[in-house]
Amino acid sequence: MSLDKSEVQKIAWLARLSIDEQDIPNYSDELSNILDLVDRMNSVDTKGVSPIAHPLDLVARLRSDNVTETNQRDHFQKHAPLTEDGCYLVPKVIE
Amino acid sequence: MHQSTLTQLSTALKEKKVSSEELTQLYLDRCKNFNEALNCFITINEDVALENARTADKKIAEGKNTDLTGIPFAHKDIFCTNGIKTSCGSKMLDNFIAPYDATVVEKMNDAGMVMLGKTNMDEFAMGSSNETSFYGPVKNPWDSDHVPGGSSGGSASAVAARLCPAATGTDTGGSIRQPASLCGITGLKPTYGRVSRYGMIAFASSLDQGGPMTQTAEDAALIMNVIAGFDKRDSTSAEHPVDDYTFRLNDSIEGLKIGLPKEYFGEGLDSNIAKIIEDGIKELEKLGASCKEIELPNTDLSIPAYYVVAPAECSSNLSRFDGVRFGYRCEEPKDLPDLYCRSRGEGFGKEVKRRIMIGTYVLSAGYYDAYYLKAQQIRHLIRDDFQNAFKDVDVIAGPTATGTAFKLNEKLNDPVSMYLSDIYTVSVNLAGLPAISVPAGFIENLPVGMQLIGNYFEESRLLNIAHQYQQVTDWHKQVPKEYK
Repeated sequence: MSLDKSEVQKIAWLARLSIDEQDIPNYSDELSNILDLVDRMNSVDTKGVSPIAHPLDLVARLRSDNVTETNQRDHFQKHAPLTEDGCYLVPKVIE
Repeated sequence: MHQSTLTQLSTALKEKKVSSEELTQLYLDRCKNFNEALNCFITINEDVALENARTADKKIAEGKNTDLTGIPFAHKDIFCTNGIKTSCGSKMLDNFIAPYDATVVEKMNDAGMVMLGKTNMDEFAMGSSNETSFYGPVKNPWDSDHVPGGSSGGSASAVAARLCPAATGTDTGGSIRQPASLCGITGLKPTYGRVSRYGMIAFASSLDQGGPMTQTAEDAALIMNVIAGFDKRDSTSAEHPVDDYTFRLNDSIEGLKIGLPKEYFGEGLDSNIAKIIEDGIKELEKLGASCKEIELPNTDLSIPAYYVVAPAECSSNLSRFDGVRFGYRCEEPKDLPDLYCRSRGEGFGKEVKRRIMIGTYVLSAGYYDAYYLKAQQIRHLIRDDFQNAFKDVDVIAGPTATGTAFKLNEKLNDPVSMYLSDIYTVSVNLAGLPAISVPAGFIENLPVGMQLIGNYFEESRLLNIAHQYQQVTDWHKQVPKEYK
């Protein structure tokens, strides 16, 4: 398995990661090596084996639909890089 | 005094031979003196620790104490601590003051324990050497040219150097057990779901599990008594009765059946390590245990499957770091995509970016079945291997790591070789089983750990065996000479 430059750029964009142009060959090699390691999975036939997402086969617990959290907006927004009037600020999206 | 176990410190405090304030000051002084050499702490909270120690002394005077009231310890910097910086070893969270306590933090506070500080770790717990931390590598107290292991390397190094009597760690693919092995301490990874993940910054949610890193199995049992149990705030917390983990420590292990996986003792295992593990097993046989060879045929698939499941879950979990709500934000973003991409590109280190990209790739359109689904099927096979083995044996024994602590920078630029060194630990996480690493010997003055793997919720049995082993051996009592 080998990932070329455009594939690395596509993955980085999907992951919303800026990467330096000069690092791309390095990423390309390292990610390809990791995928080679991962491809060893194909040495075993898993036809008919059910996939497990959780080792103990637990099912998601449900709770009654009651409000249990108090509003802590101001407390949590203290940690935000930029806020105004209780809103998080980002660069303008709509002209 | 600083070489005492939790059990000894607990007795000393109860008998008022020492106050929590004196004890806390003693360990704080050690942390401050040795942190420059070892780099095991990201944050040391002197004022808060001393204040909590005085509160603990009051509780002890009033008889309102638990076994662990007043005992200093350290948290891995992955656990959210209200009002205290929680960095997860990343530039992304370098400015993050957690707004709430993790359940583990809350429980240890409620028990009256005194947190000295937050320990260094691989960035977002991704690494086996503690070299991926934004705060620089941690050194192994046995030899400062060597890594302490990872990702809970700061906790392991701090306990090994006796800068704190115990610490917390987390284990996604071996991150408690491997550094415990490389630093010569005891580390328990509990059954998945046994210890709450609430407030523990997520790496791979179906694998992550917190646990104790201590000098002895008895100390690990004391910590487990505080932190184990159901938590409604963690959706995968196990609703399973909690043992008193100290209750069975002194039981005899006569008649215990130990399985030795032939895949763990084959090629790839250093012969010196093999000899130490075989000697360790002989000690258990002298105590009345018997051994049997078993097979875990899918062991060699565990690393490939792990490096699909863990990166996939990490790419999803780490998407929350967007430069908007908390954490690092880039300077002067030109638009929203630029804000996301540069905040993440600049805030995450190299190994984290690698894993996010692998995870993004394996989950991207068209690749899901070939990678993620396949890995989950292999996960099923690995779990079945263990369940078949546990039909014949009570526990499984083997090495924790493929070697002793490697040198700093030795594997840093070869991720695949670093990944392969986790061969004996990752399958336990994929299967969700509990396992413990105990000190079992030395090679050229570097410690070697022996791993014991139990069936689901059998932490008590593992602690019992480890404790019995520590009654007849003294590897766990060895302290690096500069830290005696």
